[in-house]
Amino acid sequence: MADKYYITQHCSIEGSRISFNGAEFFIAPDTAFADFAKQAYRHAGIDYPKFFKMDNLSKLSFLAADLLLKDTVPDGGNNTALLFANAASSLDTDVKYNDSIIDKENYFPSPAVFVYTLPNICMGEISIKHKLYTENSFFVFEAFNPEFFANYAAILLDTNKAETVLCGWVEFFKDEYKAFVYEVAKEGSLEHTAKNIQTLYLS
Amino acid sequence: MEALKQELKEKIINILNLEDVQIEDVNDNDALFGDGLGLDSIDALELIVMMDKDYGIKLADPKEGKAIFQSIETMAKYISENRTK
Repeated sequence: MADKYYITQHCSIEGSRISFNGAEFFIAPDTAFADFAKQAYRHAGIDYPKFFKMDNLSKLSFLAADLLLKDTVPDGGNNTALLFANAASSLDTDVKYNDSIIDKENYFPSPAVFVYTLPNICMGEISIKHKLYTENSFFVFEAFNPEFFANYAAILLDTNKAETVLCGWVEFFKDEYKAFVYEVAKEGSLEHTAKNIQTLYLS
Repeated sequence: MEALKQELKEKIINILNLEDVQIEDVNDNDALFGDGLGLDSIDALELIVMMDKDYGIKLADPKEGKAIFQSIETMAKYISENRTK
């Protein structure tokens, strides 16, 4: 790694609660994700009807990323790479899609569900909304991997593939979910190290 | 025919997750794609599945869809003339 990089902002979504830079942004206790996501969308003042067509993983990722990117000028001119990962891949939607095709007598596969049977689609949704024509990669690990985020984001910045990197751990399966999304930049105060990433992830 | 149009509006709003659209917002001759309801290509595929599942109509030629899915009016007319269930 040639330079030091910094975590400039971060967002976590878990258990019907959204925190942004360590402060509570929105909470809806004991609310299933479908309703929680809808309420959070309204609370954040987002106006993007396509949100309601997304699968759960994309909604989760979109809500977290939107908080961090909403003040970015949406002209496609910014240079923010996306680096996302999780453990369950797109399993939540894969199971739903499988359920829709399991009965050969009632075989009506849904195109709208099928398009979300890949985990990286959530980054596509973020890129479309924020007009990001940038590097993006989605990895699947057994567990949260702060060393990977620290190293891979640094490589993107060292090699000038991006000016900033939006890193995200976005996990969703059967209404159990956690999103931890943060921005890495060349200037800031909290150094982008595996230890700091892990601390924020657990906070 | 009026009942079918109403049914189609309800189905389209529900199946395509048009969260902010009410039945009364959809006029019979409004364009479903483009400047109208703003449906996209995936929505078109969902409508083709719906035609098969709910009305027993298989659209073999996707080009047919352009005329059929022009509006609620055109959909209702085609369904009433071709439905098998």
